[in-house]
Amino acid sequence: MDKPILDIKNLVVEYRTDDGVVQALNGLDLTIMPGETHGLVGETGAGKTTAGLGVLRLIASPPGVVVDGTIILDGKDVQQTTEKDMESMRGYDVSMIFQDPMTSLNPVMTVQDQIAEVYELHENISHDKAIELTHAMLELVGIPAERGNEFPHQFSGGMKQRVVIAIALAGNPKLLIADEPTTALDVTIQAQVLDMMKQLKKEYNMAMLMITHDLGIVADICDRVSVIYAGRIVEQGSLEDIFDRTRHPYTEGLFNSLPNLTDRQQKLKPIKGLMPDPSNLPSGCTFHPRCNYVMDICSKENPPRVYRGESHYAECHLYNEENIMKGGVIERD
Amino acid sequence: MTNPLIEVKNLKKYFSTSSGMLHAVDDISFSIDKGKTLGMVGESGCGKSTTGRALLRLLEPTGGEIYFEGQDLAHLNKKEMRKMRKELQIIFQDPFASLNPRKTVSQTILEPMVIHNMYASNKERQEKVLEIMEIVGLAERLVNVYPHELDGGRRQRIGIARALALEPKFIVCDEPVSALDVSIQAQILNLLKELQDRMGLTYLFITHDLSVVNHFSDDIAVMYLGKIVEISSADDMFLKPMHPYTQALLSAIPVPDIHYKSERILLKGEITSPIEPPKACRFANRCAYAMDVCTKNEPKLVQLEPGHWVACFLHSDEIEE
Repeated sequence: MDKPILDIKNLVVEYRTDDGVVQALNGLDLTIMPGETHGLVGETGAGKTTAGLGVLRLIASPPGVVVDGTIILDGKDVQQTTEKDMESMRGYDVSMIFQDPMTSLNPVMTVQDQIAEVYELHENISHDKAIELTHAMLELVGIPAERGNEFPHQFSGGMKQRVVIAIALAGNPKLLIADEPTTALDVTIQAQVLDMMKQLKKEYNMAMLMITHDLGIVADICDRVSVIYAGRIVEQGSLEDIFDRTRHPYTEGLFNSLPNLTDRQQKLKPIKGLMPDPSNLPSGCTFHPRCNYVMDICSKENPPRVYRGESHYAECHLYNEENIMKGGVIERD
Repeated sequence: MTNPLIEVKNLKKYFSTSSGMLHAVDDISFSIDKGKTLGMVGESGCGKSTTGRALLRLLEPTGGEIYFEGQDLAHLNKKEMRKMRKELQIIFQDPFASLNPRKTVSQTILEPMVIHNMYASNKERQEKVLEIMEIVGLAERLVNVYPHELDGGRRQRIGIARALALEPKFIVCDEPVSALDVSIQAQILNLLKELQDRMGLTYLFITHDLSVVNHFSDDIAVMYLGKIVEISSADDMFLKPMHPYTQALLSAIPVPDIHYKSERILLKGEITSPIEPPKACRFANRCAYAMDVCTKNEPKLVQLEPGHWVACFLHSDEIEE
C-alpha cells in the first residue's frame, strides 16, 4: 500500500482565551491517501477549519495551542518543521482554499499577478515566464486568459473562486484542502465549480480534503468520509459505508435533518438540542445530550471506537464488535 | 387559485443607478391562497428579496398592485399602511443582524404590541409574550437575555416570535434558515410548518435552497433576473419542470444519496445585466435551446397546463408586450 499523503494522529488543539479554554479538537485522527478525496463533514464549531489550518500550521497562536498529537504531511512532521521549510511546503505540498473568495484575493492586484506570484516564489522564474504559465492555468480553470489583467472586483463570485483555485493549483500541491469552497456560490455556479474540481483532481492526481456541511456535495465528490462532532471524528468510512451503512446516531441525525427531494410530505426529524459549548463539553460521549439512543454509560465513559470492517468505524456505546456487523440502530428512509 | 389572500399584479421595482435603471423586479404577477405557501426561488440578484420587500412596501414599488384581502396595498397612504402592517410581517435571513442588540428577548417581542396598542394593559402584554415564547420554543428563563447571548437557532426563534406578536395573517419568510446549520434548520422549518397549521398563516417563502422550498411550499415560483419564468405546484415543478432555467437549477442540486444519478445541466455564458435589459428573453444567452426569436422578443408567462405557467418560446409563441 502507498504511504498516506496526510496522517493526523490524536490531534488536540485548544484556544486559550480569557473566558476559558475552547477545546476545538479533542483527539482527531485522519488519514488521506494520494489521489483520495476525503470529506470532512460537520456543523459550525465542530473543528473542521481548525483541522485544515493545523495541517498548514496556520492556527493563530495565541490563542491556539496544539496540545498533543502529530501531523505527518508527505512524510514530514509538520510540528517539527522549521518555519522556513514550512513556507516552502505551503502551496507546494499542500494548498488551502477558503469559503469566501471575496476576502481571499488581494483587491489591488490584478488576477494574473496574484497567480504568477506563486510561480515566481516557488519556481524562481522570470515574471514574463510566470505570466505565461498563469495564462495556461486561467484557461484550465475556465477563465479566458485575456481577463487576467482585470481586478478581483470585476469578477463574479464563481469566477473569483476559480481564481482562488488557480492560485492553489499553481504550486501543483499534493494535497488540496478545500474549506467550504462552494458555500458562498449559487447552485448553478456551484455545479460548475464542483465539476471543474473533479476534472482537475483527475488530471493532477491530487489528494483533497473537502471540508463541508453539505452531504449532497460529499455524495458527489468524495471517496471517503469523516463525520466530525465537537472536535472528534465520530464515524469514518467509505462513501458507501457512511451513506448506506450509517452507524453513528449523529450521522443518522444529519441525514434525517435534510428535506427529502422525492417525498416532500415527509416530516423532518431534526437532531434535538444544540451544539455543545466547546469550552464546556459534556462528559463521556459529547453527543449524549442530543442522542435519541442515550444510555446511562454514555455520560460516564468515553465511547469506544468500534470497527465494522477495516476502514469503517463509529465511536459509540451502542456497538460492540458483533452487533456493528449486523444492521445498526439506524432506520433511515 | 380559489381564495387568494395576496394577489400581486404587474409588480415592478426599479433602482436608479449611475449607469441606468436597474430592473430588480420587472412586472411580475402571482397570488397566494389563504393558508398556503408560495415558495420563491432563484439565485442571488434575481429579485426575490426585493419582491418580498416591495410587497410589504418596505421598499416603495415602482408600479403595480398588491391586493391583500381585496385591498390594494400599493395605493394606501402611510397611515393606512401602518395599520395594515399588523397583518403583514417578515422574518429575515440573518438572525444576527435583524435583532436590536440592546433589547432583551421580551422587549423585542413586546415592542410591536406596544406600537400597535394591542391588549389593555402591560400585564396582559407580558403574559402574551410568555405565551408566544412558549409557542416558538424559547424557554421562559430567556426572557431577560440579550441576543448576543444566544445562538443562531434561538435568535431566529426570536425573529419568528416578533413576527407572530401581532397575530398577522401573512408572513414573508426571507431565507429564514439559510444562516443555520442543518440540524437547527430542520427544527425551524418544522416550527414554521406547525405555526402555519395552527394559526392558518399564509407564507411567501423566499429561498435559494431548492430542497427546502420543495419540502415547504404548496406552489413554487422561479425567478430569473427580475422575472418569474415558471410557476406551478411544487409537485409539478419537480416532476416536469418546463423552463430550461428551472431544469438547469433542479439538476444542479447536490443530492445526498449516492445511488441518485442525474445528468447535470451546466449553464454557460454570462448573465444578462439587469440594468436597462433588452426586450428579449433574459435567459437566452445561457440557454442551450435558444432560438432567433429568444433574442428579439420577450416571452410571455402563459398557462400551459392547469396551474402551470411558463415564460418560454419553446412552449408558446406569445410575446410580452
